Amino acid sequence: MAMNYNAKDEVDGGPPCAPGGAAKTRRPDNTAFKQQRLPAWQPILTAGTVLPTFFIIGLIFIPIGIGIFVTSNNIREIEIDYTGTDPSSPCSKCLSPDVTPCVCTINFTLEQSFEGNVFMYYGLSNFYQNHRRYVKSRDDSQLNGDPSALLNPSKECEPYRSNEDKPIAPCGAIANSMFNDTLELFLIGNESYPTLIPLKKKGIAWWTDKNVKFRNPPGGEPLEELFKGTTKPVNWVKPVYRLDSESDNNGFINEDFIVWMRTAALPTFRKLYRLIERKNDLHPTLPAGRYYLNITYNYPVHSFDGRKRMILSTISWMGGKNPFLGIAYIAVGSISFLLGVVLLVINHKYRNSSNTADITI
Amino acid sequence: MWCWIRRQLGFDPPHQTETRTIYIANRFPQSGLYTPQKFIDNRIISSKSPECNSQPHILEPLVLPLPQENMFQYTVWNFVPKTLFEQFRRVANFYFLIIFLVQLMIDTPTSPITSGLPLFFVITVTAIKQGYEDWLRHNSDNEVNGAPVYVVRSGGLVKTRSKNVRVGDIVRVAKDEIFPADLVLLSSDRLDGSCHVTTASLDGETNLKTHVAVPETAVLQTVASLDTLEAVIECHQPEADLYRFTGQMMITQQLEEILRPLGPESLLLRGARLKNTKEIFGVAVYTGMETKMALNYKSKSQKRSAVEKSMNTFLIIYLIILIAEAIISTILKYSWQAEEKWDEPWYNQKTEHQRNSSKILRFISDFLAFLVLYNFIIPISLYVTVEMQKFLGSFFIGWDLDLYHEESDQKAQVNTSDLNEELGQVEYVFTDKTGTLTENEMQFRECSINGIKYQESNGRLVSEGPTPDSSEGPFYRNSLSHLNNLSHLTTSSSFGTSLENEIELIKKHDLFFKAVSLCHTVQISNVQTDGIGDGPWQSSLAPSQLEYYASSPDEKALVEAAARIGIVFIGNSEDTMEVKTLGKLERYKLLHVLEFDSDRRRMSVIVQAPSGEKFLFAKGAESSVLPKCIGGEIETTRIHVDEFALKGLRTLCIAYRQLTSKEYEDIDRRLFEARTALQQREEKLADVFQFIEKDLVLLGATAVEDRLQDKVPETIEALRMAGIKVWVLTGDKHETAVSVSLSCGHFHRTMNILELTNQKSDSECAEQLRQLARRIEEDHVIQHGLVVDGTSLSLALREHEKLFMDVCRNCSAVLCCRMAPLQKAKVIRLIKISPEKPITLAVGDGANDVSMIQEAHVGIGIMGKEGRQAARNSDYAIARFKFLSKLLFVHGHFYYIRIATLVQYFFYKNVCFITPQFLYQFYCLFSQQTLYDSVYLTLYNICFTSLPILVYSLLEQHIDPHILQNKPTLYRDISKNRQLSIKTFLYWTILGFSHAFIFFFGSCFLMGKDISLLGNGQMFGNWTFGTLVFTVMVITVTVKMALETHFWTWINHFVTWGSIIFYFVFSFFYGGILWPFLGSQNMYFVFIQLLSSGSAWFAIILMVVTCLFLDIVKKVFDRQLHPTNTEKAQLIKTNSSVKCLDSMCCFSEGEATCASVGRMLERVIGRCSPTHVSRLWSASDPFYTNDRSILTLSTMESSTC
Repeated sequence: MAMNYNAKDEVDGGPPCAPGGAAKTRRPDNTAFKQQRLPAWQPILTAGTVLPTFFIIGLIFIPIGIGIFVTSNNIREIEIDYTGTDPSSPCSKCLSPDVTPCVCTINFTLEQSFEGNVFMYYGLSNFYQNHRRYVKSRDDSQLNGDPSALLNPSKECEPYRSNEDKPIAPCGAIANSMFNDTLELFLIGNESYPTLIPLKKKGIAWWTDKNVKFRNPPGGEPLEELFKGTTKPVNWVKPVYRLDSESDNNGFINEDFIVWMRTAALPTFRKLYRLIERKNDLHPTLPAGRYYLNITYNYPVHSFDGRKRMILSTISWMGGKNPFLGIAYIAVGSISFLLGVVLLVINHKYRNSSNTADITI
Repeated sequence: MWCWIRRQLGFDPPHQTETRTIYIANRFPQSGLYTPQKFIDNRIISSKSPECNSQPHILEPLVLPLPQENMFQYTVWNFVPKTLFEQFRRVANFYFLIIFLVQLMIDTPTSPITSGLPLFFVITVTAIKQGYEDWLRHNSDNEVNGAPVYVVRSGGLVKTRSKNVRVGDIVRVAKDEIFPADLVLLSSDRLDGSCHVTTASLDGETNLKTHVAVPETAVLQTVASLDTLEAVIECHQPEADLYRFTGQMMITQQLEEILRPLGPESLLLRGARLKNTKEIFGVAVYTGMETKMALNYKSKSQKRSAVEKSMNTFLIIYLIILIAEAIISTILKYSWQAEEKWDEPWYNQKTEHQRNSSKILRFISDFLAFLVLYNFIIPISLYVTVEMQKFLGSFFIGWDLDLYHEESDQKAQVNTSDLNEELGQVEYVFTDKTGTLTENEMQFRECSINGIKYQESNGRLVSEGPTPDSSEGPFYRNSLSHLNNLSHLTTSSSFGTSLENEIELIKKHDLFFKAVSLCHTVQISNVQTDGIGDGPWQSSLAPSQLEYYASSPDEKALVEAAARIGIVFIGNSEDTMEVKTLGKLERYKLLHVLEFDSDRRRMSVIVQAPSGEKFLFAKGAESSVLPKCIGGEIETTRIHVDEFALKGLRTLCIAYRQLTSKEYEDIDRRLFEARTALQQREEKLADVFQFIEKDLVLLGATAVEDRLQDKVPETIEALRMAGIKVWVLTGDKHETAVSVSLSCGHFHRTMNILELTNQKSDSECAEQLRQLARRIEEDHVIQHGLVVDGTSLSLALREHEKLFMDVCRNCSAVLCCRMAPLQKAKVIRLIKISPEKPITLAVGDGANDVSMIQEAHVGIGIMGKEGRQAARNSDYAIARFKFLSKLLFVHGHFYYIRIATLVQYFFYKNVCFITPQFLYQFYCLFSQQTLYDSVYLTLYNICFTSLPILVYSLLEQHIDPHILQNKPTLYRDISKNRQLSIKTFLYWTILGFSHAFIFFFGSCFLMGKDISLLGNGQMFGNWTFGTLVFTVMVITVTVKMALETHFWTWINHFVTWGSIIFYFVFSFFYGGILWPFLGSQNMYFVFIQLLSSGSAWFAIILMVVTCLFLDIVKKVFDRQLHPTNTEKAQLIKTNSSVKCLDSMCCFSEGEATCASVGRMLERVIGRCSPTHVSRLWSASDPFYTNDRSILTLSTMESSTC
């Protein structure tokens, strides 16, 4: 038999078609892929390899966490609830629907001055903008200025699709329930009369929303003409083409409207209302002192136990004030570091046993 | 129901009458209202067709006949409906179809596309795969269907393709050709109209069977005369039973109608082969898919792996989770909605329609909507990925060079890819002996003639006696003396005999070898038959010039041995057998052949010697021949036979009987009657055989050696180390089996061998079993081996199954001898259904192993010398037994790990995917608002996370294959489906849930009370929130896969990082454009805005790290504190030289240089060493020293490494 082996070997060692040419061998190809021998990196998660990683994560995460935490702490934020459920609140009078228009004023004091750009938000609680029926109750084609969708809005808008046989523009529950309180901020300075803080109403919506996603119906005519044949949402006082006096902030491209149309993720949410731009480097945008907020109270929230707030906040590169990220980084970093230490101890303790005969099974 | 649909779709033929009428040569009656019956054509279509479970009577033929116009399963026009039908028969696909339909019908949170598209994708992929497999089958069918066939048409012989044969056609089949359809024999070249066929490929019986034609047609031996035949055959519609055929032939001869009954003896089955007959004519009665062969096709994918079963369990668990989540959500929704301010606040009014719809309807539709929302928790692409993995992964087995056998040019063959992972789960190996453990290459070794033992040496018979022959080495004597010691028997020494004795002896010799060379069914290939036998007495060249073909290798070895001794069988022509004795030609007239069958376990021939004397020569197992003997050295021979068997040789006894002419006449008459009997022919024949084979005179016994295959002991030892119990099931006799077991390491000498043999009665058997059980209990320190024989086994299985199983489980090796094929399968079934439900694997090479191969969880066929039957019916076919170790320890291990991780990972990633959706419901009043955009929902499983896991499941090698193969104990680490145990499953599920919590609440806290995350103070909405969660999820899930990967090829890198990059690129693209065809533009610029936020980036990094942190910590601590063997093995540096050579082979440019290096390597590490090794090892290993007697008896070749 041994003879056979050798004879065969020699035959095969020669040119492939040696044995009579007819014998097409079924020998599988000897390629790295087919033989499952592709060159490969074979990492193994052992204490040895993971240990440094734990320390590195700890060493990187803790400083990052501290940095983020400090940044977040430097952000000034003040929140004023003006729902008026508390009877002592100046706005409690507005809870009854009879008082229209209802204007109330809330005083507050800034202990520290707000530097840099200050952002004014309104916040609603218990308002489910993320309810499915609500979220889908809009017609993006209509909002994008599609003339056919303007007059024939999507079925999704029901029951806010048409009113008195006229299509509603903008249709849907979201548009219909647009926030319509007006907020004004006054600084009570040394002078006897308060100064109105100038509030910028442009730049609060995403640039792409304002310039691409939301479009007024095409045509050069005045907006009123373009929206002809449509009716205003039931809850609105003014039609969509009267939202603002400036033509580039009117109709569907009104920024307050666009901001409202971006439905919030959670039932407690904020929406950007106005910007207070920094005037110059010398004066803080909002110096410390007494202010009052003038509210034209239109938006009813008490029927669903909602709250309304006004928030003034400065902003860092990473957004508003939220200590969570910094704390989380510090926590994860510390745990990682700690586990690294534990592992180091264990590794040291067990090294002897794991390195010996154990391996030979 | 199914069947009705199937019929509508054209799967089933319309109802048929009970019988069919066949007009031979398609000569239809001229008169009357005759409508020709429609028969299907002679195509073989081996495509899978679904079985009809509701109607058991159509269960039998698993491949159902298709209407005539169908080429194969898929034609262009029926491709789509049939594929769809096929696909939706699967429960999972059906489930998704239902979800899809629900989405279409009711107002659901996600668009129907989200489930429709993945479903479409899954179905397309599966359809492509099935189409490809079908195409392959179609190709091989074409080969069969296109084979040339000669058909008698209009008075001439026409060559046509096999597929064109129609029912009623007269077909001519020449010698050694395969019948193209089921034919009724009309005539052969013999006058009596008989022919011989072998049905080896159908039922595995290798003996020749005689079929006879109706006498009226038997005379029609030419095409011309056949053309005059006018006859009609009436027979049953096709059925699967190979041995049943009833019909009648009505022959019109000279205006006279003759009715002849037809039985199975006149039916030639498709797939059988014509033997010993020059040509036959037959008329086709069953064609194509209606032939008995086709009806006996077994669909192979009936076996389901353990992984699949646990997969289904997991699916059910997830289904329960899904329904529970849906119910919880629905209930909570209604408890929230109880208050109007939540149900319908002023800003979010319902439509009239919504308000007015009935409560129950709303409730149901809400429940369904939640079901739809969470349905992704059932991974839709799991099945398709698993299927792809199995299909593609199985290629690696066929490609493996280590499973390639150079001598026979055979590579491993995968017949079903469904069981790859099952190879890693085997607990019991059942192996056949002959041809599986041994080479099935018989070598004549010894014989006992008239009570004297002889050994063959260089073509001479050497008497085994005290005078040492010079040619024999010390081994010879050693073995002999050893043997004598062992058996405490003394060889009957016939030395110093007188001259008369000598002459008597020579006469006996002569008769013995004549019997050997006459009593067989060996064929000779018709090459130069002259010029042989002129040589001297010891013509060792003769056998190489004469090519013998035999159905059993034993016979071949015997005839060859006789030829070497000098009695050369030259051939049989017509009814004579020619034998050349010492150069002298003798013609024996072959009068009758009493064929071998497994009940009698013997065969005999009746011949007429040139002198006119008539002899009956019988050959068979000693148990079947010795009782029939009345003369000769029965006792001595019996002792010799036992001695041979102890050496592991296969024995046969030879006997003869001289027949007087009167006796012969009687026999001849009886035989004729039995052979032509119409009823109960089998029984009658058996009776006659019984009558004939008696009063025999024993001539002697032969001993044939079957060499062990390469590395069998090593492989068996490795299997045992891997915790696998090895059972040898063999038809051999007890002593042979035990000695082979010992020599192949299945038993070793330190084992306590228990025996359960020769049990005759139930109670005796039970008593013995109890005794064995006691013995095991008494002495559980050493290993036990159990020997059972067939009869005892059937007794034990009949009444004392439990007791027997208890004994078996405590034995580390079990040997079952004298087993019938069905018993083999029965033993396996018994083990399979035992309480532990172990995974069984059966290895075998012959047709008699098919039943056990099909019974076991995994059936492995050895592509050996006994035909392809086993290989074809197996799940995997390999060339050698030793390949089993690589197949199990490397491929099985890999596949198991791969698929286990695949399954777990799929569930994990879908938990990650859906749990945030569920959690989000708590924040959105259970309004079924989705967290993610529809497109993300759709693509998560089919695009973003599908490839890394697929590639992992194809390429992963957590341990180096060399280590796996060298350390079989690692196999225990994955036994009992460990990677898919409920514990691991829970771990993955909990991991999934905790990851989901981290994504969701991490993002929630990041938003806080919805503070701005942008540097310009602007706000994000709900879609951004969802996208943040989704982004973290895609990254985490992908990196989690990366953590699981131990084998990083460039492909892994490509798909892993590629998937993440693809997700980003896709999202940029998808969010960057207002897609005109989408109804809503929710995602416009959302992703880009998200990435423009620094906090978001930090949050993503933090959440990904936190998620993986949990897992890494667990992994590292596990490894540090309780490392498994696998984990330890991962640290072992692989043998660097082997590695190096491996890689050299991969990268060297020319195959030739590489091959030589590879061969060198092989030669150094294994290839040529087995002979070395076995010897060395037998000398050094204490377990095996006692077996030297066996080993030394094997061929003494010197290896030339």
